[in-house]
Amino acid sequence: MSTLIEGREGQWELVIGLETHAQVTSEAKLFSGASASFGAKPNSHVSFLDAGMPGMLPVINQRCVEAAVMTGIALNAEINLVSIFDRKNYFYPDLPLGYQISQFSDPIVGEGWLDIELDEGSTKRVGITRLHLEQDAGKSLHDQDPFRTFIDLNRAGVGLMEIVTEPDIHSADEAAAYVTKLREILRYLGVCDGNMEEGSLRCDINISVRKPGGALGTRTEIKNVNSIRFMREAIAFEARRQVEIIEDGGDIDQETRLFDPDRGETRSMRSKEDSHDYRYFPDPDLPPLVLDTNYIAEIKSRMPELPDAKRSRFVNELGLTEYDANVIAADKSSAAYFEKAAEKAEPKLVANWVMGEVFGRLNKDGLSIVEANVAPEELAALVVMIQDGKISGRQAKEAFEKMWSEGMGALAVIQELGLEQISDDGAIKEMVASVISANPDKVAEFKAGKTQLLGFFVGQVMKASKGKANPKAVNAILQEILGQ
Amino acid sequence: MSLDRETIVRIAKLARIDVEDSEIDGLASELNNILDWVETLNSISTEGVEPMVGVGVSKAPLRMDNTNDGDIAEAVLANAPDPAPPYFTVPKVIE
Amino acid sequence: MSKSELLQLDIATAGKGLRDGDFTAIELTEAYLDAVEASRELNIFITETPDRAMADAVAADKSIKAGTSSKMTGMPIGMKDLFCTQGIKTTAASNILGEFIPPYESTISARLKAAGTILLGKTNLDEFAMGSSNTTSAFGAAINPWELTEDKKPLTPGGSSGGSAAAVAAGAAIAATGTDTGGSIRQPAAFCGIVGMKPTYGRCSRWGVVAFASSLDQAGPFARTVRDAAIMLETMAGHDPKDSTSAAQATPNFEALIDGGVKGMRVGIPKEYRVEDMPEEIDSIWRRGIEMVTAAGAEVVEVSLPMTMSALPTYYIVAPAEASANLARYDGVRYGARVEGDDLNGMYSATRGQGFGKEVRRRIMIGTYVLSAGYYDAYYKKAQRVRTLISQDFDNAFHSVDALLTPTTPGAAFPIGEKEDDPISMYLNDVFTVPASLAGLPAISVPVGSNENGLPLGLQIIGRPFDEGSVFRLGQALEDAAQFDKRPRLTLEGFK
Repeated sequence: MSTLIEGREGQWELVIGLETHAQVTSEAKLFSGASASFGAKPNSHVSFLDAGMPGMLPVINQRCVEAAVMTGIALNAEINLVSIFDRKNYFYPDLPLGYQISQFSDPIVGEGWLDIELDEGSTKRVGITRLHLEQDAGKSLHDQDPFRTFIDLNRAGVGLMEIVTEPDIHSADEAAAYVTKLREILRYLGVCDGNMEEGSLRCDINISVRKPGGALGTRTEIKNVNSIRFMREAIAFEARRQVEIIEDGGDIDQETRLFDPDRGETRSMRSKEDSHDYRYFPDPDLPPLVLDTNYIAEIKSRMPELPDAKRSRFVNELGLTEYDANVIAADKSSAAYFEKAAEKAEPKLVANWVMGEVFGRLNKDGLSIVEANVAPEELAALVVMIQDGKISGRQAKEAFEKMWSEGMGALAVIQELGLEQISDDGAIKEMVASVISANPDKVAEFKAGKTQLLGFFVGQVMKASKGKANPKAVNAILQEILGQ
Repeated sequence: MSLDRETIVRIAKLARIDVEDSEIDGLASELNNILDWVETLNSISTEGVEPMVGVGVSKAPLRMDNTNDGDIAEAVLANAPDPAPPYFTVPKVIE
Repeated sequence: MSKSELLQLDIATAGKGLRDGDFTAIELTEAYLDAVEASRELNIFITETPDRAMADAVAADKSIKAGTSSKMTGMPIGMKDLFCTQGIKTTAASNILGEFIPPYESTISARLKAAGTILLGKTNLDEFAMGSSNTTSAFGAAINPWELTEDKKPLTPGGSSGGSAAAVAAGAAIAATGTDTGGSIRQPAAFCGIVGMKPTYGRCSRWGVVAFASSLDQAGPFARTVRDAAIMLETMAGHDPKDSTSAAQATPNFEALIDGGVKGMRVGIPKEYRVEDMPEEIDSIWRRGIEMVTAAGAEVVEVSLPMTMSALPTYYIVAPAEASANLARYDGVRYGARVEGDDLNGMYSATRGQGFGKEVRRRIMIGTYVLSAGYYDAYYKKAQRVRTLISQDFDNAFHSVDALLTPTTPGAAFPIGEKEDDPISMYLNDVFTVPASLAGLPAISVPVGSNENGLPLGLQIIGRPFDEGSVFRLGQALEDAAQFDKRPRLTLEGFK
């Protein structure tokens, strides 16, 4: 696939590296015991450390370390047995210590890679430069008072993983595929909820353009993009802007830019000329973070199966199509639902039902898979009845509706609706016999060669059974008896 | 290395410390004296010597992921200059 | 027992008196509150806490009666105003903290409180513990209770923990807490003729102590005797999970480790400490000390610490660098004094420009510079490497000796106002104390004699990491031999 973009003077190549900030799903903050949860009253999830009070000291939250190690393993990256927390010094009201505790020269996770799927079914490997742990900042509210900015430190100190890619990405599609895949993995691991709107996952985009094969151009950094759609728009706009500047004979300023979703454009952030001298140095309040190989092995042993592995297992062992496997494995909970149901019923049939009826109803009701009104075991029971020919597909759908809306089990619904088919030969034979004896003239016609009357007999039997007789069985028995 | 006025101004800005114009020269000469003095370290060969960050504990302890702090907004704000509870405030920042 | 008799007691003897019912903690506290009042001219306390002291005394008497007391119960102490004390103004001797009242209690002060000590007040210090003469305090310098005989100029008690040292020397506290970053316990102890102990880095929790230089700051006691210092350190020390640099070491019974003598102990005399133009009085007290420990049965050997003279320049890179970040939180946003400016950065710069004193501003500037882009490797990284070499010097020396004996300071207490024009000459006060700080080693200053003006002089003993026991034991030997019983003039006149 060509990722080149057309300029007035020929084609340009986009070069993109992403820095993704993923908020670690944890009870407490990275260095304090205050809650890391979202949406509390302002300044209530704040410890004295988070407020930068004198003499307060950080202690590392092991959950955040574990999350970083898991993510590192999932990104095929090397886990550094010794890493260092540094102080990144700058003044800002939402940064209570006057420095952010981050990792600069010795991050917890080193180089790795992630394969992303592109539209044509091809894959591409994106290099991971590093992953490090750092603190989130608080929130400044500028619209509460005419003369003052208000500060809420609830977010200050929440653990973040910053995941940095190599400049391997060459289009908005690739960038979107990378973030989608990364988010899927983070969610699978349970280390980040991946919620971009709430800011649990946000991206800084480093972007430059160059002539294909030429030297790298000057890059700009677009900060804090918080949706995949915005990311596409920001990349498209910024690429176009840079190409135009260069083609007009101008130079790109290396600068930080902000994406304005309302206008669909990026603009330069007020330049902070001394903000670049962060004076990183190792935080003397924190000895080195030292991991041992047993600890890493133990974490690895507890890691859930990752989406790629799950997909290939669904295809190779459960016989799903690539497409179905992709759809179902994209979300960990959906995959779990499917697997639970597929334990007892035919996997392909279950996949159809999950992707059809279950997803359909969830969509309609605005629910997530964990809130599904039909338990996977019940779905399996329903599918088994189809497999066994006890009910028809149409009847199963009717039953499913009732199961969903009334929360009833499959068997109970089938019985209540009286849907279970009569497949018992004896019972069907009795009904066939009475239909035959009631229609001697039609039998004679049939026997004389008017075989199309079979449909009439089937209809009569079905009517007698109030629709419950298994049509296949009725057909077979009728042919047997009439054919004598 | 010698600190000129411009560097003093830059460092003062980086450290967010007001320095009166009249203080700059005096400060520059004091700081230069101190830097000249600490630069005596340059005569010591430190090739292949690992930098020492701290002493004692060689491995950071890890804390369990429990919420056992916070919900003390009142205490956190108790010493704040010009608070607007439950917020701290600063002069308006123009983004 | 009269008040002046009560004030003569040390922790060991006062503890016995309290437990034997000879007097009560209330009586002892009242005597000390009088002494605090009588010594106000020394500017020892930034904040006096008499009401708290009396409440503590009532509780102490109860606990003594109930038989739940500790060795420290009922002991009226001074607390360096660098320890955050819940509900009691804490200033770090800086204007920038304004009327800051901590909503939390430092681990050390909490431990002392739990042990039943009585808080007399928060003692004066150099601003943010940056100084060697107490003159950088925003509240004016504390004054040494000793006096020069000739011109009667007030003397510095040393710094930074000058108020605490002066309090103990003047009899305005039975003991006091200090913190030592480059000598801030040992130097004032030497200047004031008392015992000051800086334990191994990591022995005492730094949680709740206003930070100066995190990799160096360490709390410790001031006391009148080595035994008292051991008793008090035992209460202060202990692992604190809230401080990641706190050592997970069991705290020994330090008092028990004092006894046993020093027979066979190998004591190193670092030859590099015999600096050029060392004053005769220092050289002579050092020689006397060597004779004392030799007479007590220790084996004295010369050792070499080649990096000694690099320690001070190293310190003046590392400590300001850490301080520049540690003091970034004083920005007028969440607590402390705010000075308004035109905008946010104007507010920051005015708050910090006016809130910090001259020496603190100087060190923040130095620290900011040595960490800034392009200079980090030349200064900070270089200093860290030299720090490694300094530490290795001690490791090597401790292969052959159990402890080191050196002077504490290059001179006796000097008049307040001297050495103010030249920061480096002030910094040189710490030339003998800084090396052990950089290596994180335990070190004590013990008064051993006096100079020709009658001013006290101290010797320093440095030990292996977590071997405070040997340091105390050798200190006790010095104390026994020196029989240093001179008292500052201001004590005797003030409390009779």
